[in-house]
Amino acid sequence: MMPTSYEDGHISVSGAGGGSMPGKKPENTAFKQQRLPAWQPVLTAGTVLPAFFIIGLIFIPIGIGLYVTSMNIKEFQIDYTGVDMSSPCYNCSQNFSWNSSRPCACSLPFYLDQPYDSNVFMYYGLSNFYQNHRRYVKSRDDSQLNGNQESLKDPSKECEPYAWSSSKPIAPCGAIANSMFNDTLELFYNDPNGSKVQIPLTATGIAWWTDKHVKFRNPGGNENLPAAFQGTTKPVNWHWPVYELDSDPENNGFINEDFIVWMRTAALPTFRKLYRIIQRKNNMVPTLPRGNYTLEVVYNYPVRSFDGRKRVILSTISWMGGKNPFLGIAYITVGSVCFLLGVVLLIIHHKYGSRNNIAT
Amino acid sequence: MGMDFSTLRTLISRYCVGEENWVDSRTVYIGHKEPPPGTEAFIQQRFPDNRIVSCKYTFWNFIPKNMFEQFRRVANFYFLVIFLVQLIIDTPTSPITSGLPLFFVITVTAIKQGYEDWLRHKADKAVNECPVQVVQNGKIICKQSRRLRVGDVVLVKEDETFPCDLILLSSSRDDGTCYVTTASLDGESSHKTYYAVQDTKAFTTEEEVSCIHATIECEQPQPDLYKFVGRINVYMNNEPVARPLGSENLLLRGATLKNTEHIYAVAIYTGMETKMALNYQSKSQKRSAVEKSMNAYLVVYLCILISKAVINTGLKYLWQSDPNRDEPWYNERTDTERQRHILIRAFTDFLAFMVLFNYIIPVSMYVTVEMQKFLGSYFIMWDDEMLDEELGERAVVNTSDLNEELGQVEYVFTDKTGTLTENNMEFIECCVDGHVYIPHAICNGQVMPGASSIDMIDTSPGPDAREREELFFRALCLCHTVQVKEEETVDGIKHGIHQGKSSSFYISSSPDEVALVEGMKRLGFTYLRLKDGQMEILNRDDEVERFELLEVLTFDSVRRRMSVIVRAGSGEMYLFCKGADSSIFPRVIKGKVEQVKARVELNAVEGLRTLCVAYRPLSPEQYQQVCHQLSGAKLALQDRDKQLAEAYDIIERDLILLGATAVEDRLQEKAADTIESLHQAGMKVWVLTGDKMETAAATCYASKLFRRSTQILELTTKRTEEQSLHDVLFDLSRTVLRHYGGMSRDNSSSLSGDCTDFGLIIDGATLSAVMRPGQEDSNSGNYKEIFLEICRNCSAVLCCRMAPLQKAQIVKMIKASKEHPITLAVGDGANDVSMILEAHVGIGIMGKEGRQAVRNSDYAIPKFKHLKKMLLVHGHYYYIRISELVQYFFYKNVVFMFPQFIYQFFCGFSQQPLYDTAYLTLYNISFTSLPILLYSLMEQHINMDILKKDPSLYKDIAKNCLLRWPIFIYWTVLGVYDAMVMFFGAYFLFDNTSFTSNGQMFGNWTFGTLVFTVLVFTVTFKLVLDTHYWTWINHFVIWGSLVFFVVFSLLWGGIIWPFLNYQRMYYVFMQMLSSGPAWLSIILLITVCLLPDVVKKVIWRALWPTTTEKIQVGAITSMETLD
Repeated sequence: MMPTSYEDGHISVSGAGGGSMPGKKPENTAFKQQRLPAWQPVLTAGTVLPAFFIIGLIFIPIGIGLYVTSMNIKEFQIDYTGVDMSSPCYNCSQNFSWNSSRPCACSLPFYLDQPYDSNVFMYYGLSNFYQNHRRYVKSRDDSQLNGNQESLKDPSKECEPYAWSSSKPIAPCGAIANSMFNDTLELFYNDPNGSKVQIPLTATGIAWWTDKHVKFRNPGGNENLPAAFQGTTKPVNWHWPVYELDSDPENNGFINEDFIVWMRTAALPTFRKLYRIIQRKNNMVPTLPRGNYTLEVVYNYPVRSFDGRKRVILSTISWMGGKNPFLGIAYITVGSVCFLLGVVLLIIHHKYGSRNNIAT
Repeated sequence: MGMDFSTLRTLISRYCVGEENWVDSRTVYIGHKEPPPGTEAFIQQRFPDNRIVSCKYTFWNFIPKNMFEQFRRVANFYFLVIFLVQLIIDTPTSPITSGLPLFFVITVTAIKQGYEDWLRHKADKAVNECPVQVVQNGKIICKQSRRLRVGDVVLVKEDETFPCDLILLSSSRDDGTCYVTTASLDGESSHKTYYAVQDTKAFTTEEEVSCIHATIECEQPQPDLYKFVGRINVYMNNEPVARPLGSENLLLRGATLKNTEHIYAVAIYTGMETKMALNYQSKSQKRSAVEKSMNAYLVVYLCILISKAVINTGLKYLWQSDPNRDEPWYNERTDTERQRHILIRAFTDFLAFMVLFNYIIPVSMYVTVEMQKFLGSYFIMWDDEMLDEELGERAVVNTSDLNEELGQVEYVFTDKTGTLTENNMEFIECCVDGHVYIPHAICNGQVMPGASSIDMIDTSPGPDAREREELFFRALCLCHTVQVKEEETVDGIKHGIHQGKSSSFYISSSPDEVALVEGMKRLGFTYLRLKDGQMEILNRDDEVERFELLEVLTFDSVRRRMSVIVRAGSGEMYLFCKGADSSIFPRVIKGKVEQVKARVELNAVEGLRTLCVAYRPLSPEQYQQVCHQLSGAKLALQDRDKQLAEAYDIIERDLILLGATAVEDRLQEKAADTIESLHQAGMKVWVLTGDKMETAAATCYASKLFRRSTQILELTTKRTEEQSLHDVLFDLSRTVLRHYGGMSRDNSSSLSGDCTDFGLIIDGATLSAVMRPGQEDSNSGNYKEIFLEICRNCSAVLCCRMAPLQKAQIVKMIKASKEHPITLAVGDGANDVSMILEAHVGIGIMGKEGRQAVRNSDYAIPKFKHLKKMLLVHGHYYYIRISELVQYFFYKNVVFMFPQFIYQFFCGFSQQPLYDTAYLTLYNISFTSLPILLYSLMEQHINMDILKKDPSLYKDIAKNCLLRWPIFIYWTVLGVYDAMVMFFGAYFLFDNTSFTSNGQMFGNWTFGTLVFTVLVFTVTFKLVLDTHYWTWINHFVIWGSLVFFVVFSLLWGGIIWPFLNYQRMYYVFMQMLSSGPAWLSIILLITVCLLPDVVKKVIWRALWPTTTEKIQVGAITSMETLD
């Protein structure tokens, strides 16, 4: 396997000088003579032309389809960081302190100018938040999150400086868990008749199925979590221990979906994460009718210190996911470019193609 | 362990000797007997024992020594450093990513080298422990070979190999000779005769041998197999008698005794000091032009790597100057990190960036390149078109490092005899005093055409002339070194021609001599044998004549003649001399010089090899004088060659010319065709020969090196005698330049038309005048320049009358000229070795003049005609293949690393890798390595028959054109473009939106996996676009490696891996594949990445097609029309 020139030409004593293989006529195969039958395609204008046209013809319709689909998706964003004095959350963002016991609440009114028909997905978005910073990405212990008892008691070194707190192991350890998004967002529909209807938000189905059922596991099963987490302490920035994230035992502890969603680190500093799903109730009424809404925020999560922004996004989803005109436009562009190139090549082929053949 | 000590001891003793009493010669006491008192006291030296250590390692030092050897390679060292950095500091990628490939490479190499060394150990042991019979106190005792010491007297029997370098004392043959084959040393299978020392050859039993009282003085060991000088002092009654020793007395370790029952010999060089051991030193490494470009690119990439790391480090600290960015509340450092000094932190960051981007210089490139060369060379060895049925020999590859250099040759330097010509001599005629004799030309039982039976022997006039004629024939029968081989069992090449009736052959290292002796046989004088110093000749009357052989003045290429001194039965002594006309005529004082000279010139013009024969009767007094001169020179330890040459010069004078012979050396099959092809391929062919001008020029015309239309420029002694060298040179250069200047002004497009090309003939003497560094006037310094200028404009150059060293000088001069062309030297004999070693590529022809050229060559081929396929097909292919390999490797790593570089701008310059560790590690090892390796072994952009038919295609790749900077920049730009498309494509697709129909989000690892998937497919498809030769293996490997990537990714993300401390890839790949937009964007991005390259290819092909591309299209259309 290894090449000869790694060794420096020492000849064994027994070996003859020339190193030839005299006399022996090796088996003559097409492979050894480099004469295996082969297909020998040549990329000429003539052969490539049809491919270009075909690509053009396929890509443009796909692009149009994608673009139309994307345009049909309804999306609404609202920034609730509270940077402006006028923002309702300005006070909350200004008066933030880690150890305040009293949560700060603020509410933002907004107006949806078209009804949302299918399921609506509610995201929170953060900007300028480097979830993809190396120190941050590796600051977790997958073995602990998988329910491993030893890692629960002795978290990985990678979690430092969020591994131990007052000489107790932190569960879940690490910077990612410690900085988990903890604003509470609630949505109210301001009925034209004056009543304020809370919109039911589903908190399950927001994390990958495999994450929830395989990758993340509570130590010692989902029952009796406080006992399972005995001897550990909550992350410093958390208000409650991990076993009090939710009252539903199937959504508590490490398998809490909000937690799992947060633990999947985002690729870019501006990102959004799925927060809740607003299920469509029946076909008669839209999930979110046109009208006025109020977003009630319990403001716990500080982002002003690093010039971050917080948003809430309401979006419908198609087969291709959320609103993303880029893919459709890109397809249309590439398809058209291919088509154009096809035309150019056709001209070239007509003008110069014959010249080639004469030359040979 | 013991071996270690012995080598150490050797080293120490050598060192001490070197310090204190280093002497040029050594003294050996035969049988360890002290010389009688009163003789000069020698300092007894210590000699090593006869242990051969060819192994490099012992059990104990294998690991450290092998590691040291391996890490001396720059590439390995670089990766070791990267690995260590990863171990020491906190780096983005785990040490496994670079450690695993490095470990793999190192281990496999170590295992291979260890195994080879184990084989060497075994071989060493077998050799060192093989029994040797040593004479001690009149008895034979058996010793292990390694216990043999200098001075031991050894008994060697027939077919045994000599255990060390020995001086022959006596032989079972009465004349004190023995026959030896040195096949395992230099590949020459002919039997060579060695001679026992005159004074000891009578001691033929062990008792007798053990009473020899003598010392040997000889030079310290030197590697030249064919040089040895020494002196033996035999003490007869405490009186020393000194005799010369030469290489004809020295039996070399590794050679085998043949046709001799047994011999007694004394060991003089043992163990690692034998000539065989000294010859096992590696030749100096030749590096190909491709390798040089590769190294240049490597430097560029190293600069890119370092600048990337520096830029990123700088930006990182600029960006981090805001403490909220440096350490936001959600992402704090540990206390120890905080306390670290800023400079240390910055340096660590720099190293971390280096580690992150280090894949841009991949380990696997070296491994792939070396594997490509190693495996690729098998195609040369396997090639049936380069198999010579007659010899049963195939092409031999001694270095696989130069495969691609075969496609870059600009100058071909070829030997004439044996290379262009068959070196299968046929005696054509002889001329005695102007009378021409042509024997019935019977060769191998065939009557040669043209040589009708003009048997002029019967018409010879007068008794006086008849006497001269017989003297001439006898001279030719006696003046040679031909041996008679009685048996049929000559292994290897059969020198000489089968004798027909009896089952004996003439064997000689020079085919001319065999042809002459054969010719004489046909003219009635048969040389029978050399027995007891008597040469026996069967004359025309079937009587046996005996001549005592007194001295042989052997042939050498400087004197260009040889002589023998014989005593006829009647007691008259003669010196017979034969040699080149130029070396005989000046020494002739009598004879019909004019007639002979005319005939010789006539023959030379016809391309025959001519020799002149002369004699000189010696009186006993003269003979005594000659003996004195010779023995004086032979006994000298220093400058023996020089002294001998002087002695020969004095002896070979006052000759009487007898006549001349003509021997034909036919052109090798298809030599002319090959030369023509090389010409068409744009190579300049130079013939370098020791032959004389007329003969050589005739061969050149026959081999189409010169055409009838070629204008011949002569730069010979004949001309420089008339004019000064200066004027001749300027004349010639004016002729050449005027012509070409005019050409270029007229119209350059019709260059290929009827323009006359120039051929230059230069001889050795003039050449040395040209090469001589300028002394008196400053003008002579630039003779060389003018000469080169002339040569550059000549399509063919013939250099005749060349000494071996001059051949190398010419090669060196061309190599050093300002274009630095790639040179190739091809030759078959020992005189070509220097030029073979000097040229960029040295090719040996498995000819008749022994195996030396083959041994020293980089490649060896059976016949000159095989050069055509070697260069035009194999060279062309390997160049194409390796250049694509090199470019592609750099390209694929740019594409690989550049997205990671851009990603740093989006992750706060935190050295976060874009791809998972497994992907980082396996990208170069398994996902993208096999297709390119296979491509670089199998690619045939043009059918090989077309390559052979149309040699001008070779010009398409001349001057390393596929590895020039523009092309390299094109590939790099393409790589950067692809990387940008991949990264920003994925960036905009990921921009704040969900990819799935259930609204869930993807994380950073999905982002990286998406880029990586596009990357692997793009890079593989790029190779798909470049592949022109799709065999089933290509299909299998290319599609197979993509399938492997997918399967691996599914598996890698399919389970929770228990031994990993992170599970970041869990289900990432599958989730990505379950999303429609991901599929669509992968397809889109691959298309966009490949589009520019396809368009570029198509447009270039349409608008500016190269010859290669035209041929490719032509091949397609012709195939279509066939269908």
